[in-house]
Amino acid sequence: MRFGVLQFPGSCDELDALAAARRVGDAELIWHGERDLGGADAIVVPGGFSYGDYLRAGAIARFSPAMESVIAFANEGGLVLGICNGFQVLCEARLLPGALLGNANLRFTFRQVDLDVVQADTAFTGACAAGGRLSIPAKHSWGRYYAAEETLDGMEAGGQVVLRYAPGQNFNGSLRDIAGVRNEAGNVFGLMPHPEHAVDELVGGSADGLAIFESMRLSVEGARA
Amino acid sequence: MRARVLIRPKAGILDPQGVAVERALPALGFAGVANVHVGRLVELDVEDPAQLEPMCEKLLANPLVEDYEVELLDGSG
Repeated sequence: MRFGVLQFPGSCDELDALAAARRVGDAELIWHGERDLGGADAIVVPGGFSYGDYLRAGAIARFSPAMESVIAFANEGGLVLGICNGFQVLCEARLLPGALLGNANLRFTFRQVDLDVVQADTAFTGACAAGGRLSIPAKHSWGRYYAAEETLDGMEAGGQVVLRYAPGQNFNGSLRDIAGVRNEAGNVFGLMPHPEHAVDELVGGSADGLAIFESMRLSVEGARA
Repeated sequence: MRARVLIRPKAGILDPQGVAVERALPALGFAGVANVHVGRLVELDVEDPAQLEPMCEKLLANPLVEDYEVELLDGSG
């Protein structure tokens, strides 16, 4: 199992994502100018401020050579995880529905949040308990999930809402408390909180984030077997 | 050709910047202010104004959450 972790100018969480992925498999960085994904089985689009987040978060990164390859990879069914800025990039690339807007409180907020696992039968949450809860950190200014009401209804009906902020934890004003969503096909997933920062109890106080990476490994290796 | 693109949050989507400004103005003594929305202005020179629409759709705006309006300006702008 080999993860490819993208690195843009302005990324800041790619090394934690790399370290998290290496706890469950092999992982290498992929520079944004690279078109070759190096035979990766799964791609992580990490957090940070790609290309300075000029114009809108993720708007410019979406057109990078590496992202063009990731879009093709996703359209062929490859697993793609977007974390925070990566989630914004995947929405800008229209690989995921909706958009991330400025937090309702207009503040950059950094806090540990509890997430309810709404769907535990996805390629990204298969190692989580159904109805379980993950404690992982969130840190962002632009994390208010928005999609049109009819889009949200369709997503809920199709099981595309994968994670929700637990009651009282939705600090950014996301519609329907949505913290993480998948595409219709189920091979692309994005979330605002940071599972890669919660993979070691010694430094994170929680290792719940590891379940996301472990789920991806199980999915890739299960598909191979 | 000089062009100006006005980008604003779509109606009905919470605009916290607009809300913050709307609350700040009365605090400074400006009464009777309502429906404040904060958007973005992009000014640019383009050789082919027909490209402005696709530019807005692809990059300058996010049509899912923003409306945009293109204005062509005369002369040097």
